Amino acid sequence: MNQQRYVRDTREKGRRVIWGAIFAGVIFFILITRLWYLQILQGDTLRVQSESNRLRFVPVAASRGTILDRNGKVLVSNTPSFSVAVIPQEVKEKDALFASLARYLGLDPAGLQERWEKGKGRAKYYPIIVAAGISRDQVEFLQENQLWMPGVDIEMKPVRQYPNGTLAAHLLGYLGEINEQELEANHFRSYNPGDYVGKSGLERSWEEMLHGTDGGRQIEVDARGRYLRTLSETKPAVGNSLVLTIDLVLQQAAEKAFGDQAGAAVVVDVNTGEILAFASSPSFDPALFTGRMPPDTWKAYLEDKRHPLENKALKGQYPPGSTFKIITALAGLESGLIDEHTTVNCTGAYEVGTDVFKCWDKKGHGRVDLKRAIRESCDVYFYQLGERLGVDRIAEMARRFGLGAPMGIGLENEKGGLIPTMAWKQEKFKKKWYRGETMPVSIGQGYTLLTPIQLATMTAAVANEGTVYRPYLVKRVIDPDGKVIKETKPEVLYRPQVRPNSFRLVKEGLLAVVNEPRGTGGAARLYEVKVAGKTGTSQVVKQRGPNREVAYKYRDHALFVAFAPYDKPEVAISVVIEHGEHGGAAAAPVAGAILRAYFEQKGVIKRPVPQTVDETEEEAPTGADRGEGTQQ
Amino acid sequence: MIDRRLFTNFDWMLFGLILLLAAIGVANIYSASASYRIATVPFYLKQLSWLAGGLIIMVLACSIDYHVLEDLAYWSYGGVLLLLLLVMAVGKTSMGATRWLNLGFISIQPSEPMKIVIIMIFARFFSRYPVLGGLGFRQIGIPLAIVGIPAILIMKQPDLGTAIIVLLVAFSIIIFIGVQWRVVVGGVLSVVPLIYGGWHYYLRDYQKNRILNFLNPERDPLGSGYHLIQSKIAVGSGGILGKGYLHGTQTQLRFLPEQHTDFAFSVFAEEWGLAGCMVLLFLYLMLVLWGLQIAGRCNDRFGRLLALGVTAMLFWHIVINIGMVIGLFPVVGVPLPFLSYGGTSLVTSMTGVAILLNVSMRRFMF
Repeated sequence: MNQQRYVRDTREKGRRVIWGAIFAGVIFFILITRLWYLQILQGDTLRVQSESNRLRFVPVAASRGTILDRNGKVLVSNTPSFSVAVIPQEVKEKDALFASLARYLGLDPAGLQERWEKGKGRAKYYPIIVAAGISRDQVEFLQENQLWMPGVDIEMKPVRQYPNGTLAAHLLGYLGEINEQELEANHFRSYNPGDYVGKSGLERSWEEMLHGTDGGRQIEVDARGRYLRTLSETKPAVGNSLVLTIDLVLQQAAEKAFGDQAGAAVVVDVNTGEILAFASSPSFDPALFTGRMPPDTWKAYLEDKRHPLENKALKGQYPPGSTFKIITALAGLESGLIDEHTTVNCTGAYEVGTDVFKCWDKKGHGRVDLKRAIRESCDVYFYQLGERLGVDRIAEMARRFGLGAPMGIGLENEKGGLIPTMAWKQEKFKKKWYRGETMPVSIGQGYTLLTPIQLATMTAAVANEGTVYRPYLVKRVIDPDGKVIKETKPEVLYRPQVRPNSFRLVKEGLLAVVNEPRGTGGAARLYEVKVAGKTGTSQVVKQRGPNREVAYKYRDHALFVAFAPYDKPEVAISVVIEHGEHGGAAAAPVAGAILRAYFEQKGVIKRPVPQTVDETEEEAPTGADRGEGTQQ
Repeated sequence: MIDRRLFTNFDWMLFGLILLLAAIGVANIYSASASYRIATVPFYLKQLSWLAGGLIIMVLACSIDYHVLEDLAYWSYGGVLLLLLLVMAVGKTSMGATRWLNLGFISIQPSEPMKIVIIMIFARFFSRYPVLGGLGFRQIGIPLAIVGIPAILIMKQPDLGTAIIVLLVAFSIIIFIGVQWRVVVGGVLSVVPLIYGGWHYYLRDYQKNRILNFLNPERDPLGSGYHLIQSKIAVGSGGILGKGYLHGTQTQLRFLPEQHTDFAFSVFAEEWGLAGCMVLLFLYLMLVLWGLQIAGRCNDRFGRLLALGVTAMLFWHIVINIGMVIGLFPVVGVPLPFLSYGGTSLVTSMTGVAILLNVSMRRFMF
C-alpha cells in the first residue's frame, strides 16, 4: 500500500468514527425518548398498576417419599398437617394480629413471635408459618374469620406419619427443621428456612432421594388480599420411595424380644447381605421430633440410663466376648496349629509368667478339643491357641471378614470397631505389645471391639462358608410412578479364603453350642429348625464382685450370634444385650425368639393355635423353660 | 521490560468510567437480590469477587502488547469454533439450551469468547487486506462465512441473544470498512427470504413467542409476555426521580423475573427514575464515544479495528438489553455490561475493556 492511499484510508476511518458516534448518539436518544414515554407520560398509569398489581406466592410443599419394608408394608408415610401462615406485606398491625391469634386459637404468643422472627428475610409476599400442626377446629375457625384477619392464611403441609409407632425408629431416623449450617451447604441449596430435612437414620442418609421438589402458585390478589387469578403454577414433585430390606414382622419380633432390656440386634440374609431386622432397644417416638417434643419426654429420654436415643445397632461398639472365638478358631485351623483332634487340658486357669488367666468355669473343663471348646466356650483352650498364634495372626483373620472397619451399610456414622495388632498399639500408645495382652484378645476381650453389624456379617460369612456380603438396608428406590430408579445388588466385600474343612469344624462346634447338652446357647434352640450359634459375655470393667451387686452400668454385656438353618443357612443374627450379664441367659433367648419369628413367617414353624384369645401372650420358649445350662 | 510510556499513557478516564459503572452494577445487584433468601454467598458479593478477579486480569493484560492478538486470531477462532462444535456433541443442557461445556471443575460457555474472537479475526483479516472503495460481493464472501458459521452454531444452541451480538459486531466492522452500494441493496433484498426461512425453519417456538409477545405483550400476559409487562411497569412506575434505592416495590416484591441478570436495568429504572437512567445512559454513551475515540486516534489499522469492534460489542449489548427491557426489542437474553449479574458477562466485558485500554496506551507507539 503506498503512502498516499494509507493517508486517505486513515482520514476516511476518522470520518467514519464520527459517523459512528453520531449513530450511537441517535440510538441513545431513542432509548431516552422511550424512557421518557414510559416514566413521564405513562408514569402515573404504570405507578398505579405497580401498586394494584399485587402478587402472592403460595408454596405447595412436596410430600417426602414413603419408606416401605421388603414386602411393601408401610413404615413411614405422610399425613396432611395444617399451619397458620402470615403474609408480611398484608399485615397492618402485627402485634394485634398475634394477640388475637393467641386468644382465639389458644396459641402461645411468644412462640408466634419467635417463628415470625425466624421466617423473616424473604420476599414480603412469602408466607411465614407461625404455628404448625393446628387442629381441625382451629382450621375451621380460621376459615370463618379470615376476612377480619388480613394476611393470615392456612397452609397444608404433609408431615411424617409412623403407623408402627416407635418401630425401627433408629433405623428410619427422624426429621427436623433445617438449621442454618444446613442451609449454607451446597446440597441444601433449593431448601427454604422452615423446611424439614432428615436428621438421622435413613431419612438423613437418603434425604436427596426422599425429598421431593416443592411447588408453588403465583397468584394475583387485590388490595384486600383476595384471590384474583393464578398467574403461574409449579406442581410439587413427590419424593422417591425407599423399599427396605427390612421385614416388618421380623423387626417387630426383634424389638419385642428385647422387652425393656437395652441392646441391639441385626439380622442379615446369609446369601445376599440384606439386613432383615435392625433393632436398637429401647426405641423412641420419631413423631415427637417433627412436632413439639414435650420437655418432660425429652428429659426422660436423656436421663434414661439405657440411652434410648442412641442407635446401638449402628454405633454400638462392644467387646465381642466369646463370639470372637469363631475368629480365633479359624485362625488356628488355617495356620495349622490345631486340628479337630488337638486337645488342651483346662484346669480352670492358665498361667503365663506371673499372669493368671481364668476360665469362666473355675472348676476347669478338663481335656477339651476344638468342638468342645466352642460348645462349652472354654477360655483356657483359646488362651493357649491365642498365645501360639500371636495377636497379629488373629487380627489378620478378623480382617479377612472385614472386621475392624465400617461395613458401609449406607447410614452415616457407622462405627468400625477395633481389631488390635502390635503395630496398632505401637502407634496408638507408643508401647510394645505384651504377650499377656494376646490372651484377652483371643477370647474377644481386651482392646477388641465389634459392632452388631460386624458380628452378624461375620456369622453370615461363616454360615455361607466364605463370602462376606456388604450388609445393606435399601433394596430399591422407586419414583412416584412406581418406576425403579435404583436397585441395590448384593455386593461381595471379601472372600476370606478359609478352607471348607475349617468352616465345617467351627460350624459343628456352633451347632453343638445350641443343641448339645452343656452347650452354652441352648436358649436359642428351635425344635423345627437347626440353629447354630455362639454365646458371648464381655466385661465392661475389669473385675468386680458378683453381678447382682454391681451397678447396672458396670454389669457385663451379653452377646449371641447365630445362623439357621444349619444345613442350608438363610439368616444370620447378632444380639447384644447391654449389661445383660450372660450371653446364654440374656442374649440367646432373644435371638431364639427372632429366629422363631423368621421361620414362622416362612411357614417352616407352625404357630401354635393360641390357647388364649390374645395371641400376643404367646412367648418364645427360653432356655430356662427347658432347663438348659444357661451359663456361658 | 515495560515501556514507561505505558504508565504515562494509561487511560485513567476509561478505567474510572468502568469502575463507576461496575460500582453502580454491584449496588444495583444488591438491591435486586435483597429480597432473595440467601442460603449461599450473596449475589453482590459474588459479583464483587468476579469484578476483583476481572480487574487483576485486565491490568495484567495491559502489560502485553495487543499485537499478540493478531497472531492468535486464527488459532483462537479455530479453537473456539471447535469448542462450539463440541458443545453440540457433548454439551451440558440446562433449561432447554445446550450452551455449556463441562470441564469437570468448571463449565464454560464458548459462545461468550466468540464475541471477542470475531473482533480479533475481523481486525486481522481487514488489516491485512485493505479494501478501497468499499467491499464488493467478491470480498464480502469470506468475512460472511467467518462470522456465519459460529453464528449458526450459537443460534442452534439456541442462544439467539449471543448470535445476534456476534453478527452485529461483525456487521459493524464491515460497515466501518465500507461496503459498495450494490452489496447493501443485495443484502437488504436477501434479508426478506432469510427472515421468512428463519421464522419457519429456524426459530424455536419460544423464540417465536417472544417476538410475537413483543409485538403484542397482552397476547400472553402470564407466560412469556409477563416479563415485558412487569418490566415496563417497573420502569414506568419509577417516574422522574424513582422510588428510591432498595424501595422499588416491583423489585422488592420479586415480581420481576431474572431481575438481577437480564432485567437489572428495570430495577435501576424503578428505583432511580428517569433522572438516574439519564445519568446511567450518559455514562454508557461516554464509554461508547471513548471507545470510538480510541479507535479514531489509533494509527495502526489492526488496533483501530480491534477498538472499534470492542466498542461495537459493548454498544450493542447496551442498546439491545435496555431496548428489550423497555419494550423496544424482543426479549432475547442479552446482559447489560457491568450491570447484569454474572461472571461470564462481566469477564467478557472486561476483556473487551482491557483491549481498549491496551490499544489506547499504545497509540503513540506507531
